[in-house]
Amino acid sequence: MTDAHEVPHSEDQGHALSYRFLTLVWLGLLCLTALTIGAAEVDLGYLNVVAALGIASVKACLVIFFFMHLKYENRLIKGMVLTAFVILAIAIGLTFVDVGYRY
Amino acid sequence: MDKSGLMDNTGLMAEHAAATPPGGHPKDYHAAKMGMWLFLFTEILLFGGLFLLYASYRHRFPQAFHAGGQTLDVFLGGLNTVVLITSSLTVALSITALRRGELTRCLWLLSFTIACAGAFMVNKTIEWLAKFHHGLIPGSEHMFGLPEGQSIFYGLYFAMTGLHGIHVIIGASVLGWVMLLIRQGKVTAEDYVVLENAGLYWHIVDLVWIYLFPLFYLIS
Repeated sequence: MTDAHEVPHSEDQGHALSYRFLTLVWLGLLCLTALTIGAAEVDLGYLNVVAALGIASVKACLVIFFFMHLKYENRLIKGMVLTAFVILAIAIGLTFVDVGYRY
Repeated sequence: MDKSGLMDNTGLMAEHAAATPPGGHPKDYHAAKMGMWLFLFTEILLFGGLFLLYASYRHRFPQAFHAGGQTLDVFLGGLNTVVLITSSLTVALSITALRRGELTRCLWLLSFTIACAGAFMVNKTIEWLAKFHHGLIPGSEHMFGLPEGQSIFYGLYFAMTGLHGIHVIIGASVLGWVMLLIRQGKVTAEDYVVLENAGLYWHIVDLVWIYLFPLFYLIS
């Protein structure tokens, strides 16, 4: 993993991630895809949804932080992304407070 | 690197001046990237609204969604997941290639990404045609005649994978346009933010599919 930081760029734009590191992220994503298909085969009841969404969110983090380079962006962009996802979480959370208790 | 871009005023201005081409309009790397992220937030909330509908109706019609999920092809869906994840990798690799000045490799990686987009759409077409074959055509009387939960499941399936498919086509077209700009020398190892932003769009397409796949194909 140290190889991710091997090419420090002198400018503000950050470094280019190495081919090797990006390929490792890709392998991680493939493993998680296999895991999510495997987990769906096992009947865990309610936990199936939790597992599926949990694994999807880990995959999403890998894509956002490394492929989309967010880990290496400045605090302003990081804060903006966090705000967008918090707003989405509030929208989904509050909807479920309504829908979940209606029936 | 981690310091706030706002506070680093002198650095930004120097960069700003350096990025101004003779006779051209000035370019601001950070503003370009921030603008792209702002646009991506609207995409996240667009799909987020649809996911919200999905979640509410799945809560209301659990059996119908369960039965609907069983009729979707896990193999095709899984294959498309692998195709999209791989295409995301090649876009990320192409940015590194461009920044290292390896133009030929960069263009090959982008061609591969567009080929992946094509493969994804072929799989999607096969899937949709199979559904059409069973009379499941959006807006058809057969679909409205299904029990309420099932018609909603298939309605959401077509709406969400359809909107996602449109994004795949747009993303691949944008990447093709960036390839052209690279060939013309308008996007270079020093001025690569256009490729980065096109890449960000492509990753969002992948990101949406990461959630669509388990929610539609793996709920049986």
